Amino acid sequence: MSAVLDAGFFRRWMTAAAAAVDREADRLTDLDSAIGDADHGANMRRGFAAVAAALEAEPQPTPGAVLVFAGRRLISTVGGASGPLYGTLLRRTGKALGDAAEVTPEALAEALGAGVAAVAQLGGATAGDKTMLDALGPGVDALGRGGGFAGAARAAAEGAAATVPMLARKGRASYLGERSIGHQDPGATSAALLFEALVEAAA
Amino acid sequence: MTGAGTAGAGAPVGVVLVSHSAEVAAAVAELARGLAGGAAGVPVAAAGGGPDGGLGTSAELVARAAHDVDRGAGVAVLVDLGSAVLTVKALLAEGDELPEGARLVDAPFVEGAVAAVVTASAGGDLDAVEAAAAEAYRYRKA
Repeated sequence: MSAVLDAGFFRRWMTAAAAAVDREADRLTDLDSAIGDADHGANMRRGFAAVAAALEAEPQPTPGAVLVFAGRRLISTVGGASGPLYGTLLRRTGKALGDAAEVTPEALAEALGAGVAAVAQLGGATAGDKTMLDALGPGVDALGRGGGFAGAARAAAEGAAATVPMLARKGRASYLGERSIGHQDPGATSAALLFEALVEAAA
Repeated sequence: MTGAGTAGAGAPVGVVLVSHSAEVAAAVAELARGLAGGAAGVPVAAAGGGPDGGLGTSAELVARAAHDVDRGAGVAVLVDLGSAVLTVKALLAEGDELPEGARLVDAPFVEGAVAAVVTASAGGDLDAVEAAAAEAYRYRKA
């Protein structure tokens, strides 16, 4: 992995995330129809497409600025709970990166840790509640341990898969109680896509 | 200001109602105004529905509504559930998208909206409006 990540890398990350969300939108919506309100794919697609378009029009100068800008766009365009949640993740991560022109993967892991903590606080959720945190946590931990983007993507995907037997404790899926068991969480699934996009951005 | 007759003839607290549904937000605003006796002096704004006009929450509608009703005495924001709660919290955490003095009020949506508008129309400040709206949780129906 390259030693430093510049603003260009972060713009590629967001573009790759938009492509991944677009590619997987139907799957996200299918998962969300099982235990949610069947809008996750469409919401994520609309949000990340807006992020990619906005970054195209106004490329931001630093890694932190790219993520703060992207987070703000997500909050204003998604329309579902994933907007403020992913928006907060990116914005808080971006703020933690500060105004450095280049950051290391270790610094990104640390900043993502702050972003994930902010998501947990906003949603009032913890690990094991069958939410995006169940993919974000393992992904960030793997990155922090030096597992690289590929290792982080693997850990996040495993984390998403591990939500299948969980009982949902947050969001609309929690109204289903026991019936939420046996389905993979759509938010954890889209969170794993963010880590896949990191791998693509670094390629 | 019409008729409130209370002391503290300052500006009224604004009320924003955020629902997943545009119709619900608008109807609850109308209901609250009606039950508050018209509440002519109280700015109430509905911010319902998502960015595409369907069910959801639009951060831009929320921000616009909050600025529309801001008279300098604070803005009480009442929400229904899910993304409405999270969107307002995320906007407040950002710090510059909602007017200074905007506050998420923890209250039942319909009953809290009525209590908030009545209290604001009586000249209550933001703390009083928030307390009245929150108090609506304690009204049992059975």
